[in-house]
Amino acid sequence: MDYQFPELPYAYNALEPHIDAMTMEIHYSKHHKTYFDKFVAAIKDTESNGSSLEEIFSQVSKLPMAVRNHGGGLYNHTLFWESMSPNGGGVPSGSLADAINAQYGSFEDFKAKFNDAAANRFGSGWAWLSVKADKSLCVCSSANQDNPLMDISDCKATPILGLDVWEHAYYLKFQNRRPDYISAFWNVVNWEVIQARYDSIIK
Amino acid sequence: MKKLFFYFIAFISIPYALKAQQETLHKFAPLPYAYDALEPYIDKMTMEIHYDRHHRAYFNNFTAAIKGTELEKTPMVTIFASISTQPPAIRNNAGGYWNHEMFWNCMKPNGGGTPSGTLNEAITASFGSFDNFKKLFAEAGVKRFGSGWVWLVVGADGKLFISSTANQDNPYMNTEEKRGTPVFCLDVWEHAYYLKYQNKRADYITAFWNVVNWEYVQNMYDSSTAKK
Ligand SMILES: [Fe+2]
Ligand SMILES: [Fe+2]
Repeated sequence: MDYQFPELPYAYNALEPHIDAMTMEIHYSKHHKTYFDKFVAAIKDTESNGSSLEEIFSQVSKLPMAVRNHGGGLYNHTLFWESMSPNGGGVPSGSLADAINAQYGSFEDFKAKFNDAAANRFGSGWAWLSVKADKSLCVCSSANQDNPLMDISDCKATPILGLDVWEHAYYLKFQNRRPDYISAFWNVVNWEVIQARYDSIIK
Repeated sequence: MKKLFFYFIAFISIPYALKAQQETLHKFAPLPYAYDALEPYIDKMTMEIHYDRHHRAYFNNFTAAIKGTELEKTPMVTIFASISTQPPAIRNNAGGYWNHEMFWNCMKPNGGGTPSGTLNEAITASFGSFDNFKKLFAEAGVKRFGSGWVWLVVGADGKLFISSTANQDNPYMNTEEKRGTPVFCLDVWEHAYYLKYQNKRADYITAFWNVVNWEYVQNMYDSSTAKK
């Protein structure tokens, strides 16, 4: 298969005021695009050229570091854009809400756990809500562009919600105040998409 | 009247402030120049947030993490030598505190140019030329994936080498494969350049050469070789 650089599913300014237009533009058109270009260049001369990202991640420890870093950067940002919407926010409903309540006690308790994972990731990385092989939920964080699909992950699972906590994701608007960025993020989370991802895994 | 009262409070606080300082070796040093002193290469807002928010937070978190322990009286280099035995809160914040202080000293207004004297000779001996050193150092900075630092280090054999470390690690730490005495450094966390350069880290590194304080680096080099 050919690798595609995905479209941003909304305009750069669509997530204002929570995430500003300039951050979105640089994040998508520079950072994400660079990960895509470098991933395509890095995978080209490997046996895995043409494999899906999921397959690549499942044996990423055997592939060049550039594949791990830029393949992760490609996949993670795509999932991130799709996890947000100008009409986002609120709370999940249906089977996902039930699973969150069953596992974390309440949506607020889940949010606190996710916020901790995002705030305490030192340096660059991501916070995740994922579904494990036994269908239970898990919250974790990963360094740099790693993710829970990778064979090197210490919380192996399928991510359904990801939050970028690299400084480039928030520095223009929030500077050193990462917790403010994390709070703002909840206003744009697209729970319908997260729910659909959850359903497709547990079905 | 308000002002007089302020002076009164400040005056009676002096002995307490002095006492508090004596209890720990570790100080939050003033920035050696104004926030706007490195313009246009490093902008004022970046300097202010970097020093007053990031650096100060590392210092405060570090002193909170070691409060009441022996580490309050332990030199940083000694702490780094056994950092693998410490929790992440100490490793990360000790590094963040110490690395930034060195970084501020590596820069000055009207800096740049080229090193001279023994440092210049050592750079030429290890890297062929100053230009080649610059090229290798910049490459190490661009290649560091995620957050981290680039260093010029004096090894145990007295020779110079370039290394890059992740997050707030540094070449003194026993977690590093290649250890030595750092004499020069560059912060390549995105917070060091994002307001002015955004994703263009290479442009930030190019600008950085214009503000390097080579006299400071020379002094660091001399004191590291004098110890041998
Ligand atoms: Fe990002
Ligand atoms: Fe920094």
